[in-house]
Amino acid sequence: MELKSLTIDAARSAVQERTTTALALAEAHYARIQKEDGQIGAFLTLSKERALEQADRMDRMAAEGKTLPALGGVPVGIKDVMSTRGLRTTAGSKILENYIPPYDSTAVARMEAAGAMVLGKMNCDEFAMGSSNENSAYHPVRNPRDLNRVPGGSSGGSAAAVAADMAVVALGSDTGGSIRQPASFCGVVGLMPTYGRVSRYGLIAFASSLDHIGPLAKTVRDAAIVLRTIAGRDPMDSTSADVPVPDYVGELDKPVRGIKLGVAKEYFGEGLDDEVRHAVEAAIDKLKGLGCEIVPVSLPHTPYAIPTYYLIATAEASANLARFDGVRYGHRARGVKTLAEMYRRSRDESFGAEVKRRIMLGTYALSAGYYDAYYLKAQKVRTLLTRDFDEAFRKVDAIVTPTSPTAAFRLGEKSNDPLAMYLADIYTVTADLAGIPGISVPCGETKEKLPIGLQILGKHFDEATILRVARGYEQSS
Amino acid sequence: MKVTEKDVAYVAELANLELTEEERTGMLRDLNSILEYVDRLNELDTSDVPPMAQVSDRYGVDEAKQGSARFAYASREDILEGLRKSLPHEEALANAPDADEDFFRVPKVIER
Repeated sequence: MELKSLTIDAARSAVQERTTTALALAEAHYARIQKEDGQIGAFLTLSKERALEQADRMDRMAAEGKTLPALGGVPVGIKDVMSTRGLRTTAGSKILENYIPPYDSTAVARMEAAGAMVLGKMNCDEFAMGSSNENSAYHPVRNPRDLNRVPGGSSGGSAAAVAADMAVVALGSDTGGSIRQPASFCGVVGLMPTYGRVSRYGLIAFASSLDHIGPLAKTVRDAAIVLRTIAGRDPMDSTSADVPVPDYVGELDKPVRGIKLGVAKEYFGEGLDDEVRHAVEAAIDKLKGLGCEIVPVSLPHTPYAIPTYYLIATAEASANLARFDGVRYGHRARGVKTLAEMYRRSRDESFGAEVKRRIMLGTYALSAGYYDAYYLKAQKVRTLLTRDFDEAFRKVDAIVTPTSPTAAFRLGEKSNDPLAMYLADIYTVTADLAGIPGISVPCGETKEKLPIGLQILGKHFDEATILRVARGYEQSS
Repeated sequence: MKVTEKDVAYVAELANLELTEEERTGMLRDLNSILEYVDRLNELDTSDVPPMAQVSDRYGVDEAKQGSARFAYASREDILEGLRKSLPHEEALANAPDADEDFFRVPKVIER
């Protein structure tokens, strides 16, 4: 079976029309995983029984002539930060090595209700903290294009699995770029929806004002189908927005002629690799050729985005990760005499270096005497960054930028320098802070055959426009 | 140097972390390097800028209202049973490192 070109519609209609079975699709993907994943490391846990039960349901529906749901018989991967009932969920951390959630996250429940077969849980940086997947407590993920390079992070397993045809689509999460940057590094499509568009119920929280769930896919159309499936108000998440979900797929093929695209010089400055610059500029030219109007815009506070992000994200993380104390779930240290010692040693023994670093930075930024200088200051600059986008979106419909300043870097290249690693997110954190949607779509390769990503940012709740622009570009390239 | 060894020890205590001697040395170096970078935020005058804590506030909050009514978008009718049934004890305790039939068990907190 040819998995390379297998999209959601191809898989679903093959199962519907009985030219194959969901069971055969699942088995073909497990065979591929068996063959490839030893060297890539994208999966942390396989859920074959669960996938095959769903395959059976879909095959019976097809046999009875019933119309399959949107993801009927589609093999998917789920980043291991989303809770799955009865299926181990580690968040890439040793502290949750044996954690079996008693409930499903809403995003996963909606995927399965739409007929998706969950093949397994995808490797990621511990608690989604990282830009290279080297912070996984289990093993790093390697980039399928070049095994000496990182797949990006933190949704590196999700991106690598889609890139290596071990899943048709995968869910990831994005707090500072964790869907778009690995999509860019692995040469797939990655969509971060608007803040509040997709319920986070059951997502293991990293930074609650910044966390988003979204798809990684081979095509823009597949990303649109998954978004349509998981989007919409969920009473279990009070931050999920009560905003109507449009028919993203139906909107997809409207021509892009006349769409105003902003280009901000702040995203093309120092630190941007020349090959990436040229590929993105060529992509912008192509969009211009399709009839988009290119408009210069200014986002003057962009240079302050990384410091703002790392204060807010770590402050929120330090509060969210306080729940890991060895009482209700997770690792508990042995031989402790007091409760306080139990908390400290349980956390000490099972959090990795980056997680400890972020908890420490966040706790410091929130501590008495420093709150105003760091956390509050960062929240104020977050307002300025968001106003930059408000201003720009008065003039344009979407903004185009590089997704990442470089193509995939080598394993170990930045792992001893936290600040250098943080700068890998320089073009992605702004959208998380402002809560606007963003998509990364492949736009060529470097001389070393490493994928490059074009990022398209949109207005709040206007995923339809960025999907359309991404699709227009994808179809022309 | 903004952060001292004493600060690292104090913050670790607040964060319920112990940290080895080696980890503390690394933390001192990393926190200082990150905070030095973060200091560039002070180039901006934010005295008249309101803080932004939540994106949801931008589309949900009713600025015309006062108090909790401003956040009506996030509220719902109270449901006696809850939106989801509570977990049975057995399931709620299934992941606990130590528990009896009804409770999580921890080291003794109060000495008699």
